Amino acid sequence: MGKYIAKIGLEMHCEVSETNTKAFSAAKNSYSEIPNTNVRPVDMAFPGTLPVVNKEAVRMALMASMILNCKQPEYMYFERKNYYYPDLPKGFQITQETKPIPVGIYGEVEYECDGELKKVRVNNLHLEEDAASLDHFYDTSNIDYNRAGVPLLELVTEPDFHNANEAVAFLEHMRSVYQYAGISEADSKKGQIRCDVNVSIMEEGLDESDPKNWGTKVEIKNVNSFGGVRDTINYEIERQIELKETGEYEQMEQQTRRWDEESGTTIYMRSKVDAIDYKYFVEPNIPKFKITKEWLKEIKASIPELAMDRKKKYIDKFGLSAYDASVLVKEKNISDYYEECVKLGIDAKVAANWVSVNIVGELNKEDITIKDFYITPAMLKQITDALSSGLLSSKQAKEVFAKAVEEQKEPKNFISKENAQISDESELTKIIVEILDNSATQIEQYKGGRDNIFDYFVGQVMKNTRGKANPVMTKEILHKELDKR
Amino acid sequence: MSYMDKSITEIHELLKSKKVTSDELVKEALEKTHEIQDKCNAFVTILDDAKGSEVTDNLLSGIPYGVKDNYSTKGILSTGSSNTLKDYVPFFDATVVEKLNAAGAVKVNKTALDEFGMGGTGTTCHTGAVRNPWDLKRMCAGSSAGSSAAVAAGVYPYALGSDTGDSIRKPAAYCGIVGYKPTYGMISRYGLFPYASSLDHCGVLTRSVLDAAIVTDVIKGKDKNDMTTWDSSKINLEKACTGKVKGKKLCYIKEITDKNRYKNASKELLEHLDNFQKTLDKARELGMIVDEVSVDEKLLRAEPSVYNIISYAEATSNLSNLTGIIFGPRGDGDNYIEMMKDHRTKGFSPLIKRRFVIGSYVLQKENQERYFKNAQRVRRLLVDRWKEIFKDYDAVILPVSQGPAKLLDAPKEELDENTTILEEHLQIGNFGGFPSITIPNGFINNLPVGVNITGNCYDDENVINIAYALESSMDYKNQIVKEVK
Repeated sequence: MGKYIAKIGLEMHCEVSETNTKAFSAAKNSYSEIPNTNVRPVDMAFPGTLPVVNKEAVRMALMASMILNCKQPEYMYFERKNYYYPDLPKGFQITQETKPIPVGIYGEVEYECDGELKKVRVNNLHLEEDAASLDHFYDTSNIDYNRAGVPLLELVTEPDFHNANEAVAFLEHMRSVYQYAGISEADSKKGQIRCDVNVSIMEEGLDESDPKNWGTKVEIKNVNSFGGVRDTINYEIERQIELKETGEYEQMEQQTRRWDEESGTTIYMRSKVDAIDYKYFVEPNIPKFKITKEWLKEIKASIPELAMDRKKKYIDKFGLSAYDASVLVKEKNISDYYEECVKLGIDAKVAANWVSVNIVGELNKEDITIKDFYITPAMLKQITDALSSGLLSSKQAKEVFAKAVEEQKEPKNFISKENAQISDESELTKIIVEILDNSATQIEQYKGGRDNIFDYFVGQVMKNTRGKANPVMTKEILHKELDKR
Repeated sequence: MSYMDKSITEIHELLKSKKVTSDELVKEALEKTHEIQDKCNAFVTILDDAKGSEVTDNLLSGIPYGVKDNYSTKGILSTGSSNTLKDYVPFFDATVVEKLNAAGAVKVNKTALDEFGMGGTGTTCHTGAVRNPWDLKRMCAGSSAGSSAAVAAGVYPYALGSDTGDSIRKPAAYCGIVGYKPTYGMISRYGLFPYASSLDHCGVLTRSVLDAAIVTDVIKGKDKNDMTTWDSSKINLEKACTGKVKGKKLCYIKEITDKNRYKNASKELLEHLDNFQKTLDKARELGMIVDEVSVDEKLLRAEPSVYNIISYAEATSNLSNLTGIIFGPRGDGDNYIEMMKDHRTKGFSPLIKRRFVIGSYVLQKENQERYFKNAQRVRRLLVDRWKEIFKDYDAVILPVSQGPAKLLDAPKEELDENTTILEEHLQIGNFGGFPSITIPNGFINNLPVGVNITGNCYDDENVINIAYALESSMDYKNQIVKEVK
């Protein structure tokens, strides 16, 4: 990039998936493959229906606002954003503008990017309702109202990112925040996260604190994956630099573009001049309501431990490496699993190893989530207990783990004294040497050419170990020991 | 023998003592409905297969009533008197209708209104103009035109109305009956097709104050589907009708009622204002104190514009759901925008379209401050002024309109600034959400005229009782049109 600095801002929309009902409707808030099953009359704007605020959605939004270190409002208002589109049955969206203030304004967030702590300023966070989803076919479009009215949090950052890495690292950070705080699954595969990206470039050396130097803002709408955000930013920076180089940048107007995944380019939609006037006004059917200090306190106290807190705990308290800690906290469900293991009494380091290596490996291999994984923390403990009591060697433990996963049977079935094999080489060698030491006659016969005496030795080992000796290893060791004599 | 011209309590006693059955009442109401339909064109739908219901201790059980066609009625055509919903059959009942169903009341027709409650003439219904039963050449005023005509003509003792500016209280005056809208939020608006949400009120048209109290007691109450409702369970309007008003303080506004301010006043207007003074004398005879107060003329003159700006703005947004896509006749066109345009162009009357254009204009970013926000400020000033009056007075008493019902084919009158406020002052009751009731107070040229009593929010019992006492001191209680011609 050299001569230029990119200024990048994000608008991150994340569905609040963890409430029972929608933002202003009693319909179930749940992702469903079957269209139009989670719908109440208000979601399709039948005449006479009215919005009713979901307090739980407001609570979660206020919690997110606190995590982002935003200021919370004294009174809660909602506003109407008026426009016509087939996915918007009322002809307006209930949302929040910046005046009166939304659930959060002027925050600051720390996030980690390539091992470095960085900061981004948050302009505002607001709670709104999602639109219906559209499926376009050759000459028709289908509308699914399941998504209409689902609570949505829109987070608007200041243009504090300088490259795609930072922007994506921030998005990953926020996804983790929403998951850890119990606000959203934040699953982009389910369309729960959608972003608008704005990019401008300025010449290096100019004062970055002065917005006049930031260049012309280009907003790119509807980028629906983190990979898409990365590609969009990289493409747009390059495109704008090229305009600078050819001298066309000064003519470029403030504009809205969209990301076209197929061509990997951004496509011009409209200029700032043609921006839609949404005619915002306060939603009259929702009386403003006071956010009490007591309620805010209650919400603050209920913020769960977030990924960064857990990571710190894993390093400082559990003695894990920074790398292992990062792997464990990346997904909340995995971290929860790990914490459960530790709670059950498995040694923190041992548990970390099992979870981050064996279990994550298994999940990746089978392409399943930890919630669908057969081995529970309690079952894992059966294995680690057997390990620490010497009942299993580490190799055996892995075998038991594999067997339990394969046969979907609790590990203890494979580690009881009666049926656990002895596969420990030194232990078997010890037993065999002892037997051979007391079998001078048989050794002589064997050496004299009676091969079937070998079976006698095997029988002796089995008798001695009550059949638990690993037969393959037993034969190997017997051959080796007999050769020595 | 007719029953439908009697009061609710009288009919209830007759039902209880089995002198008449609910089925007989329904039959009579339907016969009268057809008669009045021929003469007044008051109905959109006549429920010919309505059946009587069980008579219980509930005063409304077994008794027929009418529903303004902007209430959602399950399985029954509900048009809002608009072509945009001419075939719309809702699948849910408005809360008010649900409550009346539960009380055992029997709906027998859906009454015509000015399209979606917009308009004060009763002439913009998609089924044609409603005629006044006192004189078929005259209008009922609106928008609750059909409900008012039917109650005045003795079709049933009460009908549901709605009131955004004066839509219950002005037609009540023109039809010589009682029209009451309680404090905003006392009756749920769930299922009422919206016009302007911050001004819309549900209410009733009856032939006596006691009947208005009885019906309102049944339909009021907090509703989980309407956030603007409040708990009124401690309020009992029927019991509040004691007639004890000695020492109550009323006031009237000099700038609205002073004859000398109307330079070109018609004979009718002068008579109306004289008659109003006679009503004040009746109030004094009852032991009430009646004072004249003065309100800044500038503030009063701004009132009609404030109403227009706020109500049109909210209406343009509220009615954006009428696209013909989810419900209503599907428009023609190659894409959704053309389809919506076609639906709305064909569906709405010119009056509504004009209001949408103005509403949209005052909400535009560049105009909002000057029009919409200023209108809200003046609304606040007016409400504050009225609240100040309510510190000293139980209620404001004022004449309704400029006299009796106007001729349907009269040339459009030119209102000057004074007559405009006389015509529109009831809208202040909607600005503040004040309880407001119109009762008949005489005849001019054999046509009824009315007087309005408006009190402070939540003071409905007081307002109802004052109206009850005043009504008892005059001869117009339970009056019906003897011969419709």
